[in-house]
Amino acid sequence: MVSALWLGLLISGFVAAAFQGKIDIVTQSMLKGAEEGVAVALGLISILVLWLGVMRVAEEAGLIAALARLLRPLAGWLFPSVPADHPAMGSILSNMSANILGLGNAATPLGLKAMRQLQELNPDKEQASDAMCTLLALNTASLTLLPTTVIALRMQYGATSPTDIVAPTILATAVGTAAAIFLDRYYRRREARGRRGAKK
Amino acid sequence: MLPTFFVGTVLWAALRRVPVYETFVTGAKDGFETAVRIIPHLVGMMVAIRVFRDSGALEWITGLVAQWISGIFPAEVLPMVLLRPISGTGSLTYMIDVLRTHGGDSWVGRLASTIQGSTDTTLYVITVYFGSVGIRKVRYALKVGLLSDLVSAAASAVAVWLVFGPPG
Repeated sequence: MVSALWLGLLISGFVAAAFQGKIDIVTQSMLKGAEEGVAVALGLISILVLWLGVMRVAEEAGLIAALARLLRPLAGWLFPSVPADHPAMGSILSNMSANILGLGNAATPLGLKAMRQLQELNPDKEQASDAMCTLLALNTASLTLLPTTVIALRMQYGATSPTDIVAPTILATAVGTAAAIFLDRYYRRREARGRRGAKK
Repeated sequence: MLPTFFVGTVLWAALRRVPVYETFVTGAKDGFETAVRIIPHLVGMMVAIRVFRDSGALEWITGLVAQWISGIFPAEVLPMVLLRPISGTGSLTYMIDVLRTHGGDSWVGRLASTIQGSTDTTLYVITVYFGSVGIRKVRYALKVGLLSDLVSAAASAVAVWLVFGPPG
């Protein structure tokens, strides 16, 4: 599906540009996009290196294990296929905690680490496992309580009370996350039904 | 928050006799490898998004959808809803634009801020998360991400209405 979307974006962009007779815009956009891609990846290096370093220290100190115990019942329900004592569970739990606190920069490396550990449990290395899909659903829905970047920008653009959007953000996030969890389960069940139907 | 966490963690580890610096460096190496591994995925996606935006295709589709949805959802914020899942910086730029045009305390400004805060860049998250471990078949993950983005955007409008009253 990502492949279809990718093709769709490229083709519709190309057609739109051709239609307006400004096809050379596509050339520039491609080069600029490639440059941006590398820039974002390079920009991530510092934060990834820093956080994965700190998180390794936290892990060795037993902090993640302590946090995991606290949220374990919830994660056990969300990720039934991951054994409770598997290291992936710890990473998933810390990824969730970082998201909740709005520490997006910390959440990403932890989520990537969880992905790597889930991949070890995954029988088909090319296809996402159930647990991977759930982890992704949680992260795309972005369980946030404190949108720090948004608050900073509101401050800059003359909001009298920049933090007044925290309450609606928590409301919207709660609804969005609940929807993500529901949809994840719904499509999984539908996929399983489809497989059974195909076997008959 | 962050500095406290950082220093607190290192101090706690040191008290528990963890060789802190060596442990940090070992973990940090993973970070560099991950960043390098995701470059191809990021370049591919950024190119497509750029072409889609710069060519005017995004604007055209926004105009098309605006006719259907006017009266239910403010058209000023609509491009942001479409942009949010594909480009985090793109939608952030758009949010800044709404804040500058309509004011930080405007209803649409608050809506744009709430949408930005309550959702994530689905396409980027899928690209980076799955790309980093070489997953190519993403199953229903994209569908779930995009649909829950729509739910979040609608919920944002309802939440802003509940907290600040009706638009206007």
